[in-house]
Amino acid sequence: MNHYSRWKNSVILIIILLGFFFALPNIFGESPALQVMPIKSGDKIDPIIMSQAESILKENNIATTGLVAEDTYIKFKLSNNEDQLLGKTLLEEKLGPNFIVALNLLPNSPKWLESIGAQPMYLGLDLRGGVHFLMQVDLTKVESKESSSRLSEIRTNLRENNIRYSNIEIQEDGIIINFPNEKDLKIAKNLITQKNTDFEFSRKLNLSSQLDDLKTKEVIDDSSFILKVSLSEKNKEDTVSFAVKQNLETLNNRINELGVAEPIIQQQGENRIVVQLPGVQDTAKAKDIIGRTALLEMRLVDEDAPQSQIDEAINGKVPVNRDLFYDRNENPLLLKKDIILTGENINNAGPGVDNQTGQSIVSLTLDSKGANIFKKVTRDNIGKRIAILLIEKNSTEIITAPVIKSEIGGGRVQITGMKNAQEATDVSLLLRAGSLAAPMEIIEERTVGPSMGKENIERGVQSTLWGFVAVIILISVYYMLFGIFSSIALSINLVLLIALLSTLQATLTLPGIAAMALTVGMAIDSNVLINERIRDEIRNGNTPQASIHIGYEKAWGTILDSNITTLIAGLALFMFGTGPIKGFAVVHVLGILTSMFSAIIVSRALVNIYYGSKRKIEKLNIGEIYKVNN
Amino acid sequence: MELFRVKNDIPFMKYRKISAIVSILTFLLAVFFLLNKGLNYGIDFTGGTIIEVTYEDKADLDLIRSELNSINLNEIQVQNFGNEKDVLIRLPLDKNNTIAEISEKVSTQLSLSGERFEIKRVESVGGQVGEELFENGALAILFVCIGIILYLSLRFEWRFALAAVIANMHDVIIILGFFAFFQWEFNLTVLAAVLAVLGYSVNESVVVFDRVRENFRKMRRSSVAEVMNNAITRTMSRTIMTHLSTQTVVISMLIFGGEILHNFSLALTIGILFGIYSSIMVGCPMALWLGTNHSNLAGPQEIKKNTNEI
Repeated sequence: MNHYSRWKNSVILIIILLGFFFALPNIFGESPALQVMPIKSGDKIDPIIMSQAESILKENNIATTGLVAEDTYIKFKLSNNEDQLLGKTLLEEKLGPNFIVALNLLPNSPKWLESIGAQPMYLGLDLRGGVHFLMQVDLTKVESKESSSRLSEIRTNLRENNIRYSNIEIQEDGIIINFPNEKDLKIAKNLITQKNTDFEFSRKLNLSSQLDDLKTKEVIDDSSFILKVSLSEKNKEDTVSFAVKQNLETLNNRINELGVAEPIIQQQGENRIVVQLPGVQDTAKAKDIIGRTALLEMRLVDEDAPQSQIDEAINGKVPVNRDLFYDRNENPLLLKKDIILTGENINNAGPGVDNQTGQSIVSLTLDSKGANIFKKVTRDNIGKRIAILLIEKNSTEIITAPVIKSEIGGGRVQITGMKNAQEATDVSLLLRAGSLAAPMEIIEERTVGPSMGKENIERGVQSTLWGFVAVIILISVYYMLFGIFSSIALSINLVLLIALLSTLQATLTLPGIAAMALTVGMAIDSNVLINERIRDEIRNGNTPQASIHIGYEKAWGTILDSNITTLIAGLALFMFGTGPIKGFAVVHVLGILTSMFSAIIVSRALVNIYYGSKRKIEKLNIGEIYKVNN
Repeated sequence: MELFRVKNDIPFMKYRKISAIVSILTFLLAVFFLLNKGLNYGIDFTGGTIIEVTYEDKADLDLIRSELNSINLNEIQVQNFGNEKDVLIRLPLDKNNTIAEISEKVSTQLSLSGERFEIKRVESVGGQVGEELFENGALAILFVCIGIILYLSLRFEWRFALAAVIANMHDVIIILGFFAFFQWEFNLTVLAAVLAVLGYSVNESVVVFDRVRENFRKMRRSSVAEVMNNAITRTMSRTIMTHLSTQTVVISMLIFGGEILHNFSLALTIGILFGIYSSIMVGCPMALWLGTNHSNLAGPQEIKKNTNEI
């Protein structure tokens, strides 16, 4: 009756042993490590670099205690933090700018544990320190940018086909074009809707351009012939998703250059991006590099504009098809609306110094399309100025507006006018990593310092530990031997929970540790229910063996009901929760599951082993039982 | 050791009128404080910035205040917490600065003073995010209630389900009432605790109801009130032991958990204490009042008789 078959006991034992092994890596902790990876994320790393890095460390008496080599990165395990910092400087210096050296951690578990795939729990930012950003892509900017790029495409198209129009501008409901007569309007409409597929922008955005891409509407009365062109809903959606994707990619590149080990960059919802940088302390730098839009644009300066027009523009009357911007000496310049080139046509960018003036510069290499356009524009506009604009989130600045002296071919361009070497470096990084397709705003920021992380771990561990000890004492005093069985089951529950969290690599946060502590308190409920039931049955006059059997059986239904209701609450927390709530929910839900196993099955196995084999039991060691007279 | 040496069943249901008055009063009081004082929402819900700084020596709050006032941000609150080296700086949302700018400005300004300090924690939440977190929290509570009603209706009966959820909401409102009365900060972590209490408290009701159901089968001749009295009395020992263990852990969190887990543990403590009361004096009377009786639970749910099989 109170006997588990041999295979059942073996399965229980195997599960417990597995749990023990997979929880084990958490005891060994982690060591400082250095991670070397190529500057372009995803590139493979040459084995020669590995031996090179190894010898650099060896020459400088930095002892490596372990090595992890993968296709795209190498990690060196070191014995202390001083070595880690020294090693970083040395490797950065000796390996050159094509490699990123990041600080990281590696588990100290022995080889055999690693070989079965056991890893320590994955700690959240609040426990390991680092920065968390939630960023939102500015959708209105995405759409207005899209509209204005369409506008210039249409304008070029009309001009190339010699269709006359009196005015073209962006209004709230789309692009409005005025024509002198109906004939021109009709031709233009055909052109816009049919030649759509050939348009530059559809190729640029990688969109499958369809005829419904643009919606056109004619407004014709006696004197005016107006064509309204607007983006279709699908087009808007595509534009947004493309912008978010490009921002993700750009962030990946930029963060890679920051040298962060194991960053998390993920899309959240339609237009949000989560960035988590473990171990990063210099939040100002991180924020600057991540948040900078830094779009580069080249436009021609309107050299024909008289001074009076510029003055009027300063007072708010900017001529149609012109924009007013200031250069770094606060000089106003009227620029043509047509954008010659953007950062998208840049293949590479690097900081440098002008041989003649000694000024900091950024040298650009354009892609073939960019090089062609640049060649054509410079050929046609000799003697005119070309403005190079840096567009940041809230400001647009003309970095420099040099006079075109001759045709420039080959796609190599130098931008002078940098404030200093640091700016040249930053701007090249941003241009190299690609520009953001749309500006983003940080809408949530959480930073945890390294000492705070350690403190939080300490707090969580202490809470759980002392709570655990107190519960064990309480239960053992109250239920005697059965209390000890329950306590063993509770310990196994904790081990299994840690093993499960480690295996799943679920993120453990401080609220997660709180959930672990709470699980300890709540998991004991099942054992209390069982033990009380057994006492009840003895009170009712059953034999000890029968009492154990009935006690477990009767408690089972109650335990199931109460755990499922708790599970419902846990799942809701998981589904709707963010941040701390989700962290709590994961551990809470897993804890309920492991507790069902340990409290019911493991404790029963213990009781069975102890009592099941005995023929005759005088009395169960479950504490004093008071007889009720009713 | 045995704590509850009760010879006869305690006539809990006899006191149900008194307890109903007590429950309604505490409930109304909680609602009153909620409406009157409102919750002291943390930046998770309102948006804003919290910066936790530890100075190497005693922090000069006045100096920090005057330094920060010079950068023209709204209503900066500077206060000590824990000890005189730890400073908590709170800033509300600001139209003229993005949250990223606010935290940057503050840390730059602080470093100008030349004092040695470390920024331990920065939390900045934009207004929009706050609203969404709030909505999600409300959705979670709704989802839990519906889920529990459905499950308990299946396993027991709708009267029990409804009674359990009412007992549950009673606890939740009272926790919120406490937070409103004392103006403790209500943040995401506290919301997690409140939601955990939802699950925990219904747990309590389920254990008692389970006994009630069982008693309905055994005690065919007893009145509904007697059945409930017996169920509550017989599960009393378990109720106390479970709550005692959970509370022990929560106290451990209160002592060792530090600032972040403090209000979390407070919410749990109130939830646990009122959870005991509500499962006994709200859940059962409510089920009784809704008209639960023997016939409701006879039938399909009957567990196979196992008492005399041995």
